[in-house]
Amino acid sequence: MTTVTVNGARHEVDVDDDTPLLWVLRDVLKLTGTKFGCGIAQCGACTVHVNGVARRSCVTPVGLVGGADVRTIESLRGNAVGRALQEAWLDVAVVQCGYCQPGQLMSATALLESNRSPSNADIDAVMSGNICRCGTYGRIRAAIRQAAKRLDAKGGGAS
Amino acid sequence: MSGGIRQSRRAFLATVAAAGGSLLVGFRFASAADGRAGSTALAPNAFIRIDRASVVTLTLPYVEMGQGAYTSQAQLLADELDVGLDQVKLEHAPPDEALYSHSVWGGQITGGSGSLSDSWSSLRQAGATARALLVAAACKQWQVDAKSCRTERGQVMHPATGRRIKYGELIEDAAGLPVPQKVPLKTPGTFRLIGRSVKRVEAPAKIDGSAKFGIDALPAGVVFAAVAASPVFNGKLAGVDDRKARAVKGVRQIVKLDDAVAVIADHTWAARKGLAALQISWNEGANANVTSAKLIGECDAALEGEGVVAKKVGDAALAEGKAASTFEATYRQPMLAHLAMEPINCTAHVHAGRCEVWVGSQVLGRAQKAAAEAAGVPLKNVIVHNHLLGGGFGRRLESDYVSQAVSIARQVDRPVKVTWSREEDVQHDFFRYHNHSKVRVGLDGKGKAMSWRHRVVGPAIMTKFLPQFFKDGVDFDVVNGADGPYEFPNVLVDYVRREAPEGLRTGNWRGVGHTRNVFVVESAIDELAHRAGEDPIAYRRALLTKSPRALAVLELAAQKAGWGKTLGKGRGRGVSVMEGFGSYLAQVAEVRVDSTGSVRVERVVCAVDCGTAVNPDIVKAQMESGIIFGISAVLYGKVTVANGRIEQSNFDNCPVLRMHEAPRIEVHLVKSSADPGGVGEPGTSAIQPAVTNAIFNATGKRVRDLPVDAGFLRT
Repeated sequence: MTTVTVNGARHEVDVDDDTPLLWVLRDVLKLTGTKFGCGIAQCGACTVHVNGVARRSCVTPVGLVGGADVRTIESLRGNAVGRALQEAWLDVAVVQCGYCQPGQLMSATALLESNRSPSNADIDAVMSGNICRCGTYGRIRAAIRQAAKRLDAKGGGAS
Repeated sequence: MSGGIRQSRRAFLATVAAAGGSLLVGFRFASAADGRAGSTALAPNAFIRIDRASVVTLTLPYVEMGQGAYTSQAQLLADELDVGLDQVKLEHAPPDEALYSHSVWGGQITGGSGSLSDSWSSLRQAGATARALLVAAACKQWQVDAKSCRTERGQVMHPATGRRIKYGELIEDAAGLPVPQKVPLKTPGTFRLIGRSVKRVEAPAKIDGSAKFGIDALPAGVVFAAVAASPVFNGKLAGVDDRKARAVKGVRQIVKLDDAVAVIADHTWAARKGLAALQISWNEGANANVTSAKLIGECDAALEGEGVVAKKVGDAALAEGKAASTFEATYRQPMLAHLAMEPINCTAHVHAGRCEVWVGSQVLGRAQKAAAEAAGVPLKNVIVHNHLLGGGFGRRLESDYVSQAVSIARQVDRPVKVTWSREEDVQHDFFRYHNHSKVRVGLDGKGKAMSWRHRVVGPAIMTKFLPQFFKDGVDFDVVNGADGPYEFPNVLVDYVRREAPEGLRTGNWRGVGHTRNVFVVESAIDELAHRAGEDPIAYRRALLTKSPRALAVLELAAQKAGWGKTLGKGRGRGVSVMEGFGSYLAQVAEVRVDSTGSVRVERVVCAVDCGTAVNPDIVKAQMESGIIFGISAVLYGKVTVANGRIEQSNFDNCPVLRMHEAPRIEVHLVKSSADPGGVGEPGTSAIQPAVTNAIFNATGKRVRDLPVDAGFLRT
């Protein structure tokens, strides 16, 4: 048995230690918001936060997660930065098919949590790890800038 | 629906009934069957339900794959019915090929950028008729004239007396009234929702992880499968040693099919681990030596073959004989995978003579049929739960993965979710096949085109997909747009069919025929402009005098792009113009090419006339989407074959555009009140030649073979 803490709740899961966190989330814990896209950390659809750091859950063995605090898209609303980004996502009308967007939002949240006023280059550097086949890149960039601006105006917004 | 249904005599509309405490308005989306002899029944194939709480439910035959169908379709209805978009609930139509056939495609298909043009008049007519009924019911209660009433957000109001009543309170009365015969539709001046960039209705669920795609289906008791199909197309499973796989924790069962093997487990990772532990041997069959070089060679040879005439205007050969000079060029386009973000998957449960399927499909009726055949049960015993699609792009117009999942589920005693690895998704795609073209143009002394000859070599996808569009040896799609929007005095388009070897599956890919032919036409036109020493816009302008809408988008794109302004060293600007899917597009791309031959698209200006833009922001988003999708293809898109196997496997060796490579995109809409055209596909079609023409402008090198080869551009 391996213990994982996801969105604040502890779970005992009976899987091999090498099982990627992605499949524990999706198939065992039934948290399907985190998406499978490539399985080799190339597309970012499976991005989650482990102790506040963005991780590709498809290549993160559950045995290495230990007691870390795992956060998924399902709990993003509870994070002030995440909430600001979600609002901006709706405002800018980012989504199309929407499949990659949980991963995009998790990456963007980690970015803004470490850098509250990212330059375009900063945004590109982090977000180029997340593929979108609907081509929403321009709007994602705009939404991140908008959320950063609003958080800045609020003077904080730490989670 | 039971007795008491009254049907209007006109072809359109409508049946009205009070059913289960709701007002049920049935109507027809125009169907392919409507024009056929004997199709007098005109059963309704779409329904609007208004319940006592005034909630309006629309049963929609189109699926949502990112194109915005849920939103724009709801806008059409809500506008005429005078309800808020928030008061409309959407329900997926169940699979039923007879009932939900698209008016042009003739099947229950979401594709071809054709959903809005299909519903534009029927859905509005239905909304307007329902509204008229509700108003009539209120007028009867109040003993007032309909002209003295107005409607807003699901209420009928009588301003003179200040009375108002909710639609939900009128449903019984409305159901008893005669169906009005000629209900006028709103005009552009009175639209409240049509033409407005309202937010997508399903967006909130897509930003918090609650949206359910096919891959998210979790029926009770579900187990998980990983699958490997024969790596060589048409190969068969010869044998499996599963001893090691069975020892993997969580593995439950190994399932063998003719051409694939699956491992069933408690979760997908255990299944994948089990699959990796299998020792599989394949009978590779006749395709084991197939290579891309062979396939490309076959298509090149076909360029010299005998073509079937697809379009003939005047006499191209005669014109060539009289021409001052001729231009000839060959263009080659590669095999492409779809690479939708949601890997192919399907969940199925076969039990007690019934079959249940959870999937995201562009073709629900076909998915149901495939499931019935694979399960060996009657069609009526198959339930298909359709989900959001994590990208379609043409891949989910096929139902192979439904057949496969159901075949696996037949051997499993509970629901099984089959999720393909990305590698499986890439290597067992229905590929856009090789397309080669040869263009020959007869020119007068000033370089003006007097004749246009275009030989198209490619597969006839329509023979399998929509056979009615393969006629007299010509595939309608493969030659679509092969002479562009231009006025040439003499035209000859002919077609040489060249299919992939059996088992190498080919299909539709975003932009379909236009994506192939716009590249050819717009590249050749650009070459002709250069030969004539003319500006590419001016050269096109002279050929578009009879196509005002194409000309207008060309001028708009040129103006917004700052055509003619000089760019820095290594930079270039290219243009393309097209007509397709009922829309007109022009794009200007700006590229930078460095000394290594690496190309970066920095800016794209797109002008589009898609008729009435029901939701302008969704139109813009579709253009942005198509452009990014097309740039991925023009710069990187390529799938190759060696030893009968696809050489690419995942995003590491099948790259697509990422954020840092994405250009600035500006979309400009031409205001129009024409019927809406399609917007999901043309963006992809138009961008490719705009980019290669820009590369020519930057480097003087003409890209005729896709994708762009950095080695060719290196300086």
